[in-house]
Amino acid sequence: MPVSLEIVSPEKLLVAQAVDMVVIPASEGDIGVLPEHSPMIVLLRGGEVILYEGEQVTARFFVTGGFAEITEERCTVLADTAEPSSSIDRAAGERQLQEATRELAEAERAGNLDGLAPIMERVQVAQAIVDLGPAQ
Amino acid sequence: MPSLKALRNRINSVKSTQKITSAMKMVAASKLRRAQAQAEAAQPYADRMERMLRALAASMADQPGGGAHPLLSGTGRDQKHLIVSVTADRGLAGGFNANASRAARNLVRRLQGEGKQVQLIAIGRKGRDFLRREYSDRLIDNPMHGGKKRPEFSDAELVSGVIQERLAKGEVDVVTLVYNRFVGVMTQVPTELRLVPMAPDEPAAEKREDERASYEFEPDEDEILARLLPRALSIQIWQAMLDNEAGFYAAQMTAMDGATRNAGDMIKRLTLNYNRARQANITSELVEIISGAEAV
Repeated sequence: MPVSLEIVSPEKLLVAQAVDMVVIPASEGDIGVLPEHSPMIVLLRGGEVILYEGEQVTARFFVTGGFAEITEERCTVLADTAEPSSSIDRAAGERQLQEATRELAEAERAGNLDGLAPIMERVQVAQAIVDLGPAQ
Repeated sequence: MPSLKALRNRINSVKSTQKITSAMKMVAASKLRRAQAQAEAAQPYADRMERMLRALAASMADQPGGGAHPLLSGTGRDQKHLIVSVTADRGLAGGFNANASRAARNLVRRLQGEGKQVQLIAIGRKGRDFLRREYSDRLIDNPMHGGKKRPEFSDAELVSGVIQERLAKGEVDVVTLVYNRFVGVMTQVPTELRLVPMAPDEPAAEKREDERASYEFEPDEDEILARLLPRALSIQIWQAMLDNEAGFYAAQMTAMDGATRNAGDMIKRLTLNYNRARQANITSELVEIISGAEAV
């Protein structure tokens, strides 16, 4: 019995299909979702949602964060933004990483502790883009 | 009786107006289709998010004292109101913008009558112009960048950001959204929707969720809720923007359809007058010729 996976962004429903396994980038580490997974609601970080058919990876989607709801038979990913990983602009990710890292340093120097969390998040997302490696 | 030339000019001018209105109708119809598709595409996210919120709420209800997030429960006061009015940027859509703007104005009046403080954010140029006439001192700048062809989710997030900021500073207690709900192509209903504190869910739906296995949360409920609620706020604004977009084109299509039909009626009437006048001229000329011939 496969997992029925949905990836939804505020703009549209990107993916609605049955997969054998899906790996989602939860905030505290990747989670591999197989059928009969115990029900969970998790926060996502920037990273890849990877779809498996048997042992084969069939598709990869990059999400910049969001939420996921896992039940025994389905997995719903509510992504802030989601795109196929192949269409992510790596060079832009590199630039964003530099920019965000610089801002983070500035904010730390200024002692603006409240403003740190969103910047750190941007650093994480940009780092995740850079870590994607070259497009296949 | 106006002269033939004047009538002819008038018919031509009505005809060219008719051409414009019928072209606008066609454009509006195609844009309506696109706007409806966009609104439909956004529906799944909102549905799933609501399901998650309900699951969270059900889980939080078990543990006392947890999760008094200002977006969910408000500030506990009811003094400072913020009204978000959503209208279109352009007109020629019948009463579409006027209805939504008036609904917002009536709400402001009612609240002021009750002695509340009111602030306003206007999304959409038409509503802003309308509300500025009476309440220019209460209008907060809309953070959206104008001139976009179609609504974008990032815009909804900007507005939601402003609301959260004001809520955190204690400048706002209650937030209400006023927009045209898209019921169908012929009907758009001006609707008030309370954003903060968020309206409680209908109990029937919650029961259904109770049968489900309870969820595990990672990280904990509070943190997820703190992330989920701002998102839910943005989504509600986003949906209002999409409804507004679809409703606007529907209203414009209806209005332009009516205008085209009216122009057709007018052309018919004017043509009749024109032909009568022409016939009268010919008859009188004939009479002159005949009486002239008889006199010889």
